[in-house]
Amino acid sequence: MESKRIEQLLNKYLNAETTIQEETILSKYFTGLEIAPHLEEYRALFLYYAQSKTEYSTQSIQLKTKKQHWKWISAVASFVLLISVYAGYLYDQNKQAEYAFEHTQDAFQLLSKNLNRGTNAVMYLENYKTATGKVFKELN
Amino acid sequence: MNQAEFLSVVMPFKDKVFRMAKRLLVSIEEAEDATQELYLKLWKNRKKINSYKSIEAFAMTMTKNYCFDRLKSKQASNLSLVHNNYREKGLSLDSKTEISDSVSIVHELITKLPEQQQLIIQMRDIEQYEYEEISEILEIKPTAVRVALSRARKTVREQLIKQHNYGIKEN
Repeated sequence: MESKRIEQLLNKYLNAETTIQEETILSKYFTGLEIAPHLEEYRALFLYYAQSKTEYSTQSIQLKTKKQHWKWISAVASFVLLISVYAGYLYDQNKQAEYAFEHTQDAFQLLSKNLNRGTNAVMYLENYKTATGKVFKELN
Repeated sequence: MNQAEFLSVVMPFKDKVFRMAKRLLVSIEEAEDATQELYLKLWKNRKKINSYKSIEAFAMTMTKNYCFDRLKSKQASNLSLVHNNYREKGLSLDSKTEISDSVSIVHELITKLPEQQQLIIQMRDIEQYEYEEISEILEIKPTAVRVALSRARKTVREQLIKQHNYGIKEN
């Protein structure tokens, strides 16, 4: 009696006309122990569906990814590197400028020293000139 | 919506997402990755989440689209070797869980169906969704769902009978 009802349900099932409740009846029948021999080929099918239902994911869900975190850190790190390289470059330029300044200062000092010596010489010449002037005046 | 509220809404269907992804992507690792990816997307869209009629249906649609994208990119890079690896993994897992031969034959038969039919079988015969829910998830008409489901069930049954008779003759 029961197998006839199951056969009817199977026909509906193959035409995709069964409800969820009717499919539950089929599932219970074919995962049970007493199956009519001529319906045996359906056993594996419903066993497979029943087993597939119990499969589950073992990984826990992470909503905040570490990947993004690393991306952020690397962005900051590269920015800091860029800034420090630029600062180093500026510092180096400053040093070079200071060095050049000192040297030009030395050079100017040397120049002015020599210039002063020249002026002294000229002053001396001036004295000589006035002295000769006086001598010539007296002679005339 | 804070994290606890979000999780209480979306966690109940996590395994369904995983199983659907595994149906299409075959390997467990890929399915886990897809599940993780989907939940991140949902989390990013948590402000919009309440505007959907059914969050679960929305999540399943997203899973389906994500998996199809993955399959497309896999085919594009043409990694036939990798694909074979996945098959092997699938089989060894079957033996691990000690599914009998005939049950793993069912699995093989279903993997030979068109992807759309595989999904419909997955959602109806394993997850027991109503036709209307399936049509919403797959964005096709309910009648199209029934036609495809009927076709899939009949194909699997014919193949099973063939296998069954073959087994009897062999013995």
